[in-house]
Amino acid sequence: MDMAATNDIEKKRMHPHKFVLWIAMGSIVMMFAGLTSAYIVKRNDGNWLEFPMPSVFWYSTVTIIISSLTMYLAQKAFKAREMARYRSLISVTAFLGVLFAVLQFVGFIQLGHQNIPLFGVKSNPSASFLGIITGLHVLHVLGGVIALIVIFFRAHRTRVKSYNSVPVEIVGTYWHFVDILWIYLFIFFNMVGTG
Amino acid sequence: MSNEAVLHAHEVSHDVHHGGHDGHHHHENFITKYVFSQDHKMIAKQFLITGMVWAVLGGLMSVLFRLQLGYPEASFPWLEDILGKWAKGGHISAEAYYALVTTHGTVLVFFVLTAGLSGTFSNFLIPLQVGARDMASPLMNMLSYWFFFLASIVMLSSMFVETGPFSGGWTAYPPLSALGDASPGSKTGMDLWLIAMALFVVSQLLAGLNYIATILNMRTKGMSMTRLPLTIWALFFTAVLGVLSFPVLFSGFILLIFDRNFGTSFYLSDIFISSVGALPNEGGSAILYQHLFWFLGHPEVYIILLPAMGMVSEILSTNSRKPIFGYMAMIGSLFAIAILAFLVWAHHMFVTGLNPFLGSIFVLLTLLIAVPSAIKVFNWLTTLWRGNIRFTPGMLFAIGFVSLFISGGLTGIWLGNSALDIHLHDTYFVIAHFHIVMGVASMFGMFAGIYHWYPKMYGRFMNNTLGYIHFWVTIAGAYLIFWPMHYEGLAGMPRRYYDYSVWESFKQFVELNRFISTVVIIVFAVQLLFLANFFYSIWKGRKVTTQNPWESTTLEWTTPIRPGHGNWPGEIPEVHRWAYDYGKDGKSFIPQTTPVGDDESEHH
Ligand code: HEM
Ligand SMILES: [Cu+2]
Repeated sequence: MDMAATNDIEKKRMHPHKFVLWIAMGSIVMMFAGLTSAYIVKRNDGNWLEFPMPSVFWYSTVTIIISSLTMYLAQKAFKAREMARYRSLISVTAFLGVLFAVLQFVGFIQLGHQNIPLFGVKSNPSASFLGIITGLHVLHVLGGVIALIVIFFRAHRTRVKSYNSVPVEIVGTYWHFVDILWIYLFIFFNMVGTG
Repeated sequence: MSNEAVLHAHEVSHDVHHGGHDGHHHHENFITKYVFSQDHKMIAKQFLITGMVWAVLGGLMSVLFRLQLGYPEASFPWLEDILGKWAKGGHISAEAYYALVTTHGTVLVFFVLTAGLSGTFSNFLIPLQVGARDMASPLMNMLSYWFFFLASIVMLSSMFVETGPFSGGWTAYPPLSALGDASPGSKTGMDLWLIAMALFVVSQLLAGLNYIATILNMRTKGMSMTRLPLTIWALFFTAVLGVLSFPVLFSGFILLIFDRNFGTSFYLSDIFISSVGALPNEGGSAILYQHLFWFLGHPEVYIILLPAMGMVSEILSTNSRKPIFGYMAMIGSLFAIAILAFLVWAHHMFVTGLNPFLGSIFVLLTLLIAVPSAIKVFNWLTTLWRGNIRFTPGMLFAIGFVSLFISGGLTGIWLGNSALDIHLHDTYFVIAHFHIVMGVASMFGMFAGIYHWYPKMYGRFMNNTLGYIHFWVTIAGAYLIFWPMHYEGLAGMPRRYYDYSVWESFKQFVELNRFISTVVIIVFAVQLLFLANFFYSIWKGRKVTTQNPWESTTLEWTTPIRPGHGNWPGEIPEVHRWAYDYGKDGKSFIPQTTPVGDDESEHH
């Protein structure tokens, strides 16, 4: 995409890939907006089981917020060319991402123990919604983890030294995005979902 | 979409890789040039040809089910030869009929008029008309085609499974779509339908992201947004609609998948199915699906229509040798349509028990669409008015589009009144409305685009005489097929029935139905003529000898007759003016690349 560069000589436009990311985030927002609106419509239909959020979701929320912080520090380290520090911060972020996914899963198991199945014929839509929405969100987080792993290995390459900050910034923006998305969902579930 | 991050990461690595090998050249072989091509022009042709294959299949399906509707008593032994058990004794079975109607709808709406239309022309025209060497991300662009291809394969395979393809209508309402036991097509056929549609959504998202990024980010020097040709504006709004509404459809599908496979009760409730008994599900609501579906479904009809509108604006102006009338109003009305498209979905649900108060709000919003639509029609007509018209086949199809859009838009205003809709809903009136305004009109936009940009695509012209025959038979046929359906609908004839001859009240339409079916066969045959013209001309058509055969102002005609990857051999040209300087200061046209002269009259 050398051609992007040629086109950009005139004005300093946003890098096309960053731009694509922003639109993609808009699109992801629409998916979750669709699901949470469906949630509200369904709740107003009645036959709605109310239950408190699994307590472990509080821990996962803290985890993902911390991971945003480490991501932020990683970006700073990258800009300062402190590659060792950058790599370790990236690894911590990825680890926290995986931990988040595990904690969400633990939350599902907690619900199972309380006799609130997420799926299956005995499930109530309110629990199924929780399962699907958080599940989809976890998939987006794991997608971010894969992206982190990719930029981690890129930093290890010795043959081609790349100080291009665009990939790092893209992954960073995405990471903060899934973080904020979870906070929105968490507040949503606590306010709208459980009475 | 969860793999979006992955794709980004992947692509970024590709990017850096390129950076490392500066100055390296593409080594093109057959595979990278024709199959896994990243050249937007080749990807456009891939979308076009795949769309054509689907158009033939989907059109053939309509011929088959029209045979049933026109000749319900007759038996065609050859049908049994091609359809086997679906047409025992030469008679299309009810299951096969529903499967044909459903697949026809799905394929035409999504695979032909979405992927085939905006896929082809967004890919082809965006980089060429904004002055870019390729899309913002050629790799994502290629992936978008291959996801579409996979979706096509899966959809095609659904036609060969034991229980047949999905047969519950293109809108796939539950319970037929949610419950395997509800009908034969609800089993494997529906699974494959869902997989195909999910792949299709991914393809559309990848494509849309790319189109938007390219238009906003990669325009050449001097190409401000208000100098863009209206094609690009229309394709831009199309992409925005797609990127914002397909994810919602996707969420609807996810819930559907869980209802089908994991026993949840989003859409299913304790209804009674004759072969199964009462379902164990509790409290699900099929209406919820309808909301999610139509939140995409209505924007989708404009996703289909807007590219045609854009191309028609461009072709009308070029061939009237006049600037488009009301350029800014054209953009404004596109914008208004795009916004309103998200606010009217419930007009498909007036008779679902929707709260009448809510219904009246949706009536108001729906009828508001008539305003920007009327602005566009007015501007097209005034562009034509006293123009120096060149009746090329592309131009004829563009004019035909305007005619169809008027005819079909007017019936929309009927349907948009919730009181009238009680009578008209799910009748042939609706079929007539949307086939004229969306189906045929957008097809006409597509034909116009193909005839007009064919010289740029293949460096040759299509045959004009065949083009004229194609146009006149198709426009006459389209009206003869769909106009009478309004009367059938007003008389209350419901859509999606297998055999009307058993109803006393519809016996009056036996002859009319036979007439319609006969015209369908003729029109279908003429489309084959078009295809013959298309493929013959690729190799044998008259060669294009000048860079700018239509004497057009836009950038694509400043490229070589057969542009390579990268479009312009040298620098990308700079743009100095808007795209519609026709008949200005005594000049027939002034290309966008011509600097503004000192003595020029007012300048955009
Ligand atoms: C003045 C503008 C329009 C109005 C007021 C309007 C209104 C409506 C209404 C109320 C219905 C629902 C009818 C029913 O099911 O009972 C409908 C159906 C439909 N309209 Fe329109 N429409 C307009 C223009 C368009 C355009 C421009 C397109 C496409 C490009 C379009 C495509 C469709 C389709 C595909 C359906 C039927 C979907 C189905 O049930 O299978 N309409 N229209
Ligand atoms: Cu609509």
